[in-house]
Amino acid sequence: MNLNDVTEHAGEWLRGQGPHSDIVLSSRVRLARNLAGFPFVDHADRRQRQEVLDRCRAAITAGQFGQDLLWVDLPSSPDLDRHLLVERHLISRQHAAGGPESPRAVAIGENETFAIMVNEEDHLRLQVLRSGMQLDEAYTQIDHLDDLLEAKLDLAYSSKWGYLTACPTNVGTGIRVSVMLHLPALRLTGEIEKVSRAARDMRLEIRGFFGEGSEALGDLFQISNKVTLGRTEQEILSDFQNVVVPQITAYEQQARQVLARQRPAQLDDKIWRAWGILTNARVLGAEEVLSLLSQLRLGVNLGRIQTVDIRTINELFLLTQTAHLQKMTGCLMDQGQRREARAQLIRRRLGAS
Amino acid sequence: MKRKCDKCNRPATIRMVEVIGGKKTEKHLCDLHAAELGGVAKDLHTPIDQLLTNFVKLHSGARAQQDLVCGHCGMSFSQFREDKLLGCPHCYSAFEPMLAPLMEQAHGGATHHVGKVPRRCGPDEDRQQLILRMRKRLDDAVRDEDYELAARLRDEIVRFEEKS
Repeated sequence: MNLNDVTEHAGEWLRGQGPHSDIVLSSRVRLARNLAGFPFVDHADRRQRQEVLDRCRAAITAGQFGQDLLWVDLPSSPDLDRHLLVERHLISRQHAAGGPESPRAVAIGENETFAIMVNEEDHLRLQVLRSGMQLDEAYTQIDHLDDLLEAKLDLAYSSKWGYLTACPTNVGTGIRVSVMLHLPALRLTGEIEKVSRAARDMRLEIRGFFGEGSEALGDLFQISNKVTLGRTEQEILSDFQNVVVPQITAYEQQARQVLARQRPAQLDDKIWRAWGILTNARVLGAEEVLSLLSQLRLGVNLGRIQTVDIRTINELFLLTQTAHLQKMTGCLMDQGQRREARAQLIRRRLGAS
Repeated sequence: MKRKCDKCNRPATIRMVEVIGGKKTEKHLCDLHAAELGGVAKDLHTPIDQLLTNFVKLHSGARAQQDLVCGHCGMSFSQFREDKLLGCPHCYSAFEPMLAPLMEQAHGGATHHVGKVPRRCGPDEDRQQLILRMRKRLDDAVRDEDYELAARLRDEIVRFEEKS
């Protein structure tokens, strides 16, 4: 497996399957771990970082992490590749941005279902991404990956504080559970503010498609836990399974029904205009596309449009991003060229060409 | 001109009126001193760096001379204050007196880990976690007024602790 192979399609997590996939785009679980006996990454010198990297690499590539494992050394990767990995949610912006002098890497599992960042803020950041509502499955997998690592590496841990992390906000379980939700109707009815407030009251964080600092483009919202200490992994997961996700999805469903009942013409107009622009435009900006795709996705989920499937739309959320367009075309493009290439790609994928 | 805090030179942001024994007094306080007096509801969602800054501002007078330093990596608590990241795993015990209250606030009052225990930690760690977890379930049961469950859990804990 190499990076060129993965570009044309989205990872497993955008497949558009799994429970509640009309609203829950994907489920993600992340664990933060550090090796005992080393300074944390930010405080380690180059030699120490290299030693951490070598040890982690030996543990990860020893064979039990699957046949089709891709190890990407980041300092020696071109900018475009690193940008591509950020767009695919396989590394963070911070991990992509580190200088050429800072030893760091990412190991990517088969079908991109998991990724292990080495030397990001913590020595190890494991993540498992799944499509739809599959937090249980994601946790089972990540717990297993964690066991495999732990069998080969001594992890920093104390009985009082749990897994020790560079930032005290991650200490304890080191777990970050998150779901990516598509909430167009709550946005249209203006109820999304209430959801944000309720989420914050539950000590949850609510962010956009590209995580920290990103706006909720395309009506995509990422909700994750903030508390990592004093609760078990199961308790944190069960909050999402039994409270957060069922309540927000029910609320979104309700808002969709209200829109369909009270303002059917306006709703259809929005959906069909989005279809009209996406299948005809010759020049399209990245942000505009995200909001049009969101309306189209709503149209498909409501059964208003049947000529395109959810998977195609999910993939377009990703493939229309800057680095993906350039990687697929095989050349660097300026903004004007990208806008043309984006419009062309969308017309082709939506069967309008 | 903006009114200054009664206790320091920062601008007053809170006006507090106290009635004690029928006598009314008015106080003008900055956000820090108001928080110290419990005059404002504690903000549950304060980000950790804000908590940190506030905490340190309040205690800087008393602690300035005795900045804590981690014996393993040389990181000082005041440096952590700026970076927001600790230097090494040992910093947790080196800075514990200063860190503990911060962590409690950041993690909704939590003071102990109750989740997964790495197998390499050995049986003693497991045991501790198990007991902690049982105690937490007991607390929850008492809070929910499920006394039958609470009694059962209490017996379980006693039996478990006797086994040592």
